[in-house]
Amino acid sequence: MSKETEKRNEHFVDTAPFNPWDREELTPEQEKYFLASQWQLMWWRLKRHRLAYFSLIILAIMYASVFIVEFIAPYAQETRNSEYIHHPPQGVHLFHDGEFVGPFTYGTDFSVDMETLKPIYTVNPDRLEQLRFFCSGDEYAFWGMVDMDFHFICPSENGTLFLFGTDRLGRDMFSRIIYGARVSLTIGLVGIAVSFLLGILIGGAAGYYGGWVDSTAQRSIEVIRSLPEIPLWMALSAALPVTWSPILIYFGITIILGLIDWTGLARAVRSKLLALREEDYALAARLMGAKPKRIIGRHLLPNFASHLIASVTLSIPNMILGETALSFLGLGLRAPVTSWGVLLNEAQNINAVAVYPWLMLPVVPVVVVVLAFNFLGDGLRDAADPYKN
Amino acid sequence: MLTYLARRLFVMIPTLLIISVLVFVIIQLPPGDFLTTYLNELQAQGEAVDPAKIEFLKRQYGLDQPIYIQYAEWAWGLLQGDLGFSFEYNLPVTDVVGDRLWLSLVLNFSTVLFIYIVSFPIGIYSATRQYSWGDYGFTLLGFLGLAMPNFLFALILLYYANVVFGTSIGGLMDPEYINQGWSLGKMMSVVEHLWAPVVVIGTSGTASMIRRLRANLLDELGKQYVVTAHAKGLSPTKVLFKYPLRMALNPFIADIGNILPQVVSGSVLVSVVMSLPTTGPMLLTALQSQDMYLAGSFLMFLALLTVVGMFVSDVLLAWLDPRIRLQGGVGK
Repeated sequence: MSKETEKRNEHFVDTAPFNPWDREELTPEQEKYFLASQWQLMWWRLKRHRLAYFSLIILAIMYASVFIVEFIAPYAQETRNSEYIHHPPQGVHLFHDGEFVGPFTYGTDFSVDMETLKPIYTVNPDRLEQLRFFCSGDEYAFWGMVDMDFHFICPSENGTLFLFGTDRLGRDMFSRIIYGARVSLTIGLVGIAVSFLLGILIGGAAGYYGGWVDSTAQRSIEVIRSLPEIPLWMALSAALPVTWSPILIYFGITIILGLIDWTGLARAVRSKLLALREEDYALAARLMGAKPKRIIGRHLLPNFASHLIASVTLSIPNMILGETALSFLGLGLRAPVTSWGVLLNEAQNINAVAVYPWLMLPVVPVVVVVLAFNFLGDGLRDAADPYKN
Repeated sequence: MLTYLARRLFVMIPTLLIISVLVFVIIQLPPGDFLTTYLNELQAQGEAVDPAKIEFLKRQYGLDQPIYIQYAEWAWGLLQGDLGFSFEYNLPVTDVVGDRLWLSLVLNFSTVLFIYIVSFPIGIYSATRQYSWGDYGFTLLGFLGLAMPNFLFALILLYYANVVFGTSIGGLMDPEYINQGWSLGKMMSVVEHLWAPVVVIGTSGTASMIRRLRANLLDELGKQYVVTAHAKGLSPTKVLFKYPLRMALNPFIADIGNILPQVVSGSVLVSVVMSLPTTGPMLLTALQSQDMYLAGSFLMFLALLTVVGMFVSDVLLAWLDPRIRLQGGVGK
């Protein structure tokens, strides 16, 4: 017996430093991937979704421009060029007679069609009007507070620059569309904040407590969902007093939009919570004496926050469209507030639009934004669960 | 089946009741009422208003009653088909709306029909030929259809019809039939005009339906019983139509609950843009002039349209799928 013990191998110690990874060496990329947080993974995944990433960039640019609309627009919001009523869009040219002159527009001569009384603007190829950059032009109050006259781009001293034409008061459509973005783009965000709050509170309560809270919430969601949205929005916004100031109307409209839109979100929150509250970690938290507010907010919400963000992204365009539709009908925002819907209100008379088709141009940014949000939302939904292949 | 029908009908009653309360509250929301606006107008025009006349008008319209009595009278009237009194037209609402309710019904019904007829074959095609050019093409079209707000689409269509063909596609019938009694010619004219608004309202619904059917069918096609059926030598069409399609059809029909409010919403807007003689344009003017009973009737009618539509879809679903009628669920 003792003989065999002696024969046993001596205890072996490798002198090389211990490397736990020597079986499978992780490449730096792999290591980065395994150590990345959930949000990091989502971001990478989103970037792989080309269309969504591209939409994100477009939206980021548009929202960034909301802060500096006054600089971007060549004219101030309400500047009336009374000599240029219903002026068609002007092109920006670089070359004149084969010679490079830099960006300029051709001046136009005005005449009237004596039969239809339609203004006619003929391009005058002799009047070159060079654009100015980083220049002083129309005066405005930056953010409604600081008086300034700085623009990124201005027409020449006596010339014009109507990229998208002018409306019936001779106001530059391009500038007005840029200004309109400020209202149209933000109204969706404020509206979604309202519906997000309602959705999380009501859906959260319904999903966590269950019982009569749940069934009351469910029934009211069913009733609201069975009502057609637009007529309801129309009725509610018709109820806004005419005497309210534009800013109050703005908030009134966002609240109306949010009040009806929360149901989808509440349902999503509820069904997720119902599933998650049965998980072991929720039970553990409850046993340790955590309050419902903490369990929902601290443990359950982060679990499906990414899904929430995706569904929120998909419902922002709905809000933007809602505002556009209401303003288009004359029930939402009204002049002097400028939003895309308010601008489109002038396109209601289809015969006028047939003669002055550029009045329809505010359709373009609406469609672009709605498409971008839809693509981004789709990409986010795919990225929301980065551990799933 | 009968018990299911009865239960489902019973569920509808409280829903409609709550909706009627909501509608009544909404039409009461605007500050003041039609009468005050009317009196103000008279006074602004310098006409003397006799207090006795005000009292008389108030009593006649029931505006002196407390609000819950006004509601009860209104709701009771609705049940009996009496829609109240339109202040603006000075006529009973029933006379004012005329054919509008029916035309709305026809418009919405045709749109839903259009959505099903178009999305059904396309959905099947896209699922069976996944990732083909056709599939990609329809997906792209679908995205555009989903994202394009339908009232803008209507505007653009109107514009092009005006510029390219020189005609106006607005309206629902040829001008000579307006205010005429119903005749065969009028009906044909309505059918001829119906396509434009139906296509405009139906695009987004069609797009989402195609996506839904495609996803459902793809799920089913990947299952093992399909492989088995193929392995046993069933012809591909028979495999498709006999089993997976029937399974994929359920959510397709259940989805009408989502589609219908959308369609009704869209039809209101598109009707205004295309000036169709349906509820849309009149609802708008009624809302603007605080003609509350007229607006209320329209809102109630539109809500009824969706609620009844959902009821029909649930019944259809129960008829198709025994699991639903036996378990008593109301579908997804």
